[in-house]
Amino acid sequence: MQIKTKPDIPGMLVAAGLLALAGLIWWDTTRLAQRVVYGVGPDAAPKVVAIGLALLAVANFAMALRGALPARKRDDWRPLVFIVGGMLALMAILSFGGGYILATAVLFTATAAAFGRRAIVADFIIGLVVGVVTYLLFAKLLTLSLPVGPLESLI
Amino acid sequence: METFDALLQGLVVAAQPGNLLFALIGVLLGTAVGVLPGIGPALTVALLLPVTYKLDPAGSLIMFAGIYYGGMYGGSTTAILINTPGESASMATALEGYRMARAGRGAQALATAAIGSFVAGTIATVGLTFLAPWLVDLAVQMGPEDYFALMCVAFVTVSATFGDSPVRGLTSLFVGLTIGLIGIDKLTGQARLTFGMPELLDGIDVTTLAVGLFAIGEALYVASTRIHAQDTVESVRGSLWMSAEDWARSWKAWIRGAFIGFPIGALPAGGAEIPTFLSYSVERKLSKHPEQFGHGAIEGVAGPEAANNASAAGTLVPLLTLGLPTSATAAMMLAGFQQYGLNPGPLLFAEQPQLVWGLIASLYIANVMLLVLNLPLVGLWVRLLAIPQPWLYAGILVFATMGTIVAKASVTELGILTLFGLMGYLMRRFDYPIAPVVVGLILGPIAETQLRRALSISLGDPMVLVTSPVSATLLGLAAIALIAPFVMKGLDRFKAAED
Repeated sequence: MQIKTKPDIPGMLVAAGLLALAGLIWWDTTRLAQRVVYGVGPDAAPKVVAIGLALLAVANFAMALRGALPARKRDDWRPLVFIVGGMLALMAILSFGGGYILATAVLFTATAAAFGRRAIVADFIIGLVVGVVTYLLFAKLLTLSLPVGPLESLI
Repeated sequence: METFDALLQGLVVAAQPGNLLFALIGVLLGTAVGVLPGIGPALTVALLLPVTYKLDPAGSLIMFAGIYYGGMYGGSTTAILINTPGESASMATALEGYRMARAGRGAQALATAAIGSFVAGTIATVGLTFLAPWLVDLAVQMGPEDYFALMCVAFVTVSATFGDSPVRGLTSLFVGLTIGLIGIDKLTGQARLTFGMPELLDGIDVTTLAVGLFAIGEALYVASTRIHAQDTVESVRGSLWMSAEDWARSWKAWIRGAFIGFPIGALPAGGAEIPTFLSYSVERKLSKHPEQFGHGAIEGVAGPEAANNASAAGTLVPLLTLGLPTSATAAMMLAGFQQYGLNPGPLLFAEQPQLVWGLIASLYIANVMLLVLNLPLVGLWVRLLAIPQPWLYAGILVFATMGTIVAKASVTELGILTLFGLMGYLMRRFDYPIAPVVVGLILGPIAETQLRRALSISLGDPMVLVTSPVSATLLGLAAIALIAPFVMKGLDRFKAAED
């Protein structure tokens, strides 16, 4: 691993995020009522965690300042959009009653596309098959409940 | 003798046809996921948790253990034939194994890995069998303050001591501890960190976290770094059998590997990488053919592969006797116990001896199954590597989301899953280890409960943590383990394992 020498901006953002998280936890403990006679109350553990996070924020900031972070590969954000988009589509289809199989097929296609596949129709059909097979296996054989939509009611 | 009786009872349980079938499914799945890149045993157990909660506890736990053992076998196949270890514990195997495969000795490398895994796995399972009752006797006498101190040791060793960077490891751990705080406080019934969202009152499900971090995070990372190229698989050619010389050079390495792997796995140190690399350097020093190291020395495959399996069995010692997971897979197995309302520890040995001993006995059976499956079927496992990457990851995501949908069919839960996926991606990108987050989430609440119990027994006197000799010693160890990596940068070459 190469060591960069410039101060690392994302590393500093991580440190800032940790500090914000520590503050959030501390703020949350102020709303808790103390109902314990002996020992520690419900706010002790969060406070310890908050202090730990604050200290780690400082340590992370110091590392970022020295640029002592491993070099990162350059990456491509477009696949992230495909996969996260696939997850959002899955949630949307499920909440509008589209059913498990259709939602699965969409997620399958989106993920395959994120990995560079461009055969959308073929992947969608494979996704439908995967959806039907897993639905039969888990909903019918193992009697687990999966969301039912128009396709599932045909089976 | 008691141990023998208990083990025999366990064998009766494990040999029931249903449980044999679960063990078989477990080792098959485990080998498959060990071979495939992108999925490890921890993720597989996490994916299976929601779909197994209706099944018999003994059967599913036997299956999970089979996945753990199988994953260790499967990882060696990928390491040897394509030089991409399926899981981090196989990295040492790849060093010599891949060179052996390039030199046309792939079959011998696979054979010594499989037989070595069997020998070491069996030795380590014997170790587990005899160490567990002894540790249980010890654990019965431990008070809540001692348990709390023990968990502190686990927190430190899992996150800081053997990691790449103690600061990054501890950061991951504290993120996990934070996630563990979410939900209703069990002692006072007050909601913490829920921000008025009723979905968060029950806390964050460890499977959602693990699946998000491991499955979705890994998919996002691999897709974004465009590691798209299909690897070339070295074919297995020539004689499939190990020669007399191969045997002579392997057997000592297997046994040494077992005795290196088991104790390190049994200590709350986490990960199989330390013992595998340690075994590699030991074999290199002791070998009569040191010049062959770097060009495909069989000892360099036999030793680490044995150490790898022995440490997997070692990890089960603190898990079963103390309820202390020291690897991500062990943490998921603990979640598996909890899903049936079972808590591993001394009480479980007393209350459910059939289940615990059935599980231990099934490990012997799983080892035999793996030996039988791996030697002749290696060609079949290799074919799994031909699955195109887009479909492999698309399939992983389908299973990942299905697990969550089955457990809690809510858009909120899927949203949390996606968020953890993005977190897993960012952690990989910025080089933060994943396993401490999972261990923090699962152990944090237990540690808090033990501490509060200890302090309410002692009427609020914190001195109880240092007046108990066990607790004082363990806390001292935790402090040393925390400071040591900052003092000795030499430990840097042992990197924390993800699985």
